Amino acid sequence: MTRENNKKTVNVLVVGTGGQGVITASEILSDVAMRSGFDAKKSEIHGMSQRGGVVTSHVRYSENVASPIIMEGEADILLSFELSETVRWLHFLRPSGRVITSLQKIIPPAVYAGMGSYPEEAQTVIKQRTTDPIFVDALPMAEKLGNPRLVNTILLGIASAMLDLPVDEWKAVIAERVPANFKELNLVAFDKGRDIG
Amino acid sequence: MKKQILSGNEAVALGAFQAGVKVASAYPGTPSTEILQNFATYKDVYAEWAPNEKVALEVAIGSAMTGVRTLFTTKHVGLNVAADPLMTLAYTGIPGGLLIVCADDPGMHSSQNEQDNRFYAKFAKIPMLEPSDSQEALEMVEEGLLLSEKYDCPTMLRMTTRVCHSKSIVQIDAGNQAAVPVAEGFKRDLKKFVMIPAFAKLRHPLVLEREEKLEHVTETTAVNRIEWNDKKIGIITCGIAYQYVKEIMPDASILKLGMTFPLPKKKIKEFADKVERLFVVEELEPYIEDEIRIMGLAVEGKIFFPKLDELSPDIVATGFAKAGVLPYDLPPVQEKAPGGSMPRPPLLCAGCPHRGLLYSLNKMKAIVHGDIGCSTLSVLPPLQSIDTTLCMGASISMAHGTAKAMAIAGLEDKRPVFAAIGDSTFFHSGITSLMDVIYNKGNVNVLIMDNRITAMTGGQQNPGTGRTLQMEETYAVDILEIVRALGCKRVREIDPFDLEGTIAALKEEVAYDGPSVLVTKRPCVQLFRRDPQAVRTVDSDGCLGCKRCLKLGCPSISQGDIIPDDADKKERRYSNIDATTCYGCALCEQVCTSNAIVYVPQ
Repeated sequence: MTRENNKKTVNVLVVGTGGQGVITASEILSDVAMRSGFDAKKSEIHGMSQRGGVVTSHVRYSENVASPIIMEGEADILLSFELSETVRWLHFLRPSGRVITSLQKIIPPAVYAGMGSYPEEAQTVIKQRTTDPIFVDALPMAEKLGNPRLVNTILLGIASAMLDLPVDEWKAVIAERVPANFKELNLVAFDKGRDIG
Repeated sequence: MKKQILSGNEAVALGAFQAGVKVASAYPGTPSTEILQNFATYKDVYAEWAPNEKVALEVAIGSAMTGVRTLFTTKHVGLNVAADPLMTLAYTGIPGGLLIVCADDPGMHSSQNEQDNRFYAKFAKIPMLEPSDSQEALEMVEEGLLLSEKYDCPTMLRMTTRVCHSKSIVQIDAGNQAAVPVAEGFKRDLKKFVMIPAFAKLRHPLVLEREEKLEHVTETTAVNRIEWNDKKIGIITCGIAYQYVKEIMPDASILKLGMTFPLPKKKIKEFADKVERLFVVEELEPYIEDEIRIMGLAVEGKIFFPKLDELSPDIVATGFAKAGVLPYDLPPVQEKAPGGSMPRPPLLCAGCPHRGLLYSLNKMKAIVHGDIGCSTLSVLPPLQSIDTTLCMGASISMAHGTAKAMAIAGLEDKRPVFAAIGDSTFFHSGITSLMDVIYNKGNVNVLIMDNRITAMTGGQQNPGTGRTLQMEETYAVDILEIVRALGCKRVREIDPFDLEGTIAALKEEVAYDGPSVLVTKRPCVQLFRRDPQAVRTVDSDGCLGCKRCLKLGCPSISQGDIIPDDADKKERRYSNIDATTCYGCALCEQVCTSNAIVYVPQ
């Protein structure tokens, strides 16, 4: 017998490195879930994250959510801002879970200090372990649209195509949360992402 | 009624405002910091950053003595600093509601230890409430203040990182303004507030009487509730662990404890009698479990659920599986993907003013007593510049002890002894340590890293910044003046972006026989960054791939392409500077011996 809660709650694990926008993305997602009538919880650890360390944010929604943390092997979506971070958290996905990952690589100085090496085979590993992963060159895409910070909205657009949340709520929350002069651009980026998803 | 998704910290701030709290004092500390930051945004309240937690609690006590509802917030280790006023406050009591919000950090996400502060409530014999989510955090603020007022003692609201920083939905009733008792002002009451031995002897019995009264409260309060279900398994739990238990064991009976001092012994007994097997799931110490054992009841807890680290749904599931009561199969262990273990530790930022000093210390081969703050990030390679970190302010006093011991015991050691401490930490508790050094004729070289802010907790004002919590202008304490007033006349400012000057200054102080203070004065790059900066770049004609610049541990510097070389030598790569993150501190330019790092005019 398997865990019943397992199937009821939607679990999205958002990962990346400090300063990339992981927290903002998970704020938007949990807000959309709440406005769509769900109970929503999210959990992350702040503190050290600002300084280039690993950042993860757990978002869960359903009729009734207890734990704010996702169990290993139960994430429906792994939404990643950085390729090696996708590999680090791959074990959180359920067998049917999907990967959405930016192809951006951020090599930590620890590697140059000889403390480890960057997983050059990341894409292969992700393909072996998951079905239909979405690799997106989000940073150049965002820069082409006019601002590197749009990576966030592009990735959320892709995720939105896989989640059963009303598109109007997505757009409303994004429009509220970004600076007024970037509103239109963000909505374009969101649609670009949604097309990919 | 409106729904909003709030963190536990935001919920406490809102709860305090709605409950009519007027005064709040704290020292910043993860995971508690955002409570005061949020509270300070409400109208008609007074909130302040105190230089340390002892001061903050004493401010709160003085406030509550007038009958005004008051808030004191702290991280777990901060309550150690405030333990002195706390223990006697438990004797005196206060007429105004006083809530002590204590944020523990199981798992040490941002702390030097993971002590379980529930023992402080038991130690001081004050009521303790523990929320499991943001809604409860909000509601327990008023509940705590009412208990405080009714039983003439502070109430402790014990949170943990996962409750402070997780967000969950809160029902907000904007019109919900609590009935706040009228503050009657300060009233002289010598036998209550002057704790000379004769009067304290009169107060101690009252503490015991109060504990008895609270024992009745805890039996009837709605926050200690039984959720009856299948009686084969009964689980007593509190705080975030309750959420994990609900997630993992939805069919078990649960005694959910929202008030964990005193514990409701009758209710526990009643619950225990009706279930076949009794478990306790709690983070850190077996605080509840031990009490139940003393009651003579059969209980299982820490045998299945670790005392180390924070709990998680996975750990709770594993514990119940070990106990043989998990009603379904444990999901197969998820193997981590190959290549997923590359370390990515947090780092000093590009342009961090600490880097120049810490790099120089590494070159000095010194014994460096470090302190709490961002500079602890330099413990890892390549900087590896500190030898110790213990608690706030300890660097200077420990350096003094090391130097004195080496001298009196005749220990042969050529390494100079340094203490390195930040500005906010110096104000917190470094000043008294430096006083000790001077008073007792110590010989320590003290380095005060003045980055004009309390940086590690996200950038809070402090007595040296000239701004209050609300960003009002105020007197900025002058570190040099303080140091001189303590009797240390050898003190000066240096620029940590000038590497040669910094190393020369360190050597000079080592050569000087006597105590000295160097202040590295440069603002925190995170909070004061102004673009555009004098960005540096690598000239590939000059770069030899020697990696000297990489020894700075700067996140903007990486390795790029292989340097073409026909000779049969070791592979060398060009250094690369990321123009979007480079701040232009020019440390790399100074360490480069082949002049390959150059300034890019905008």
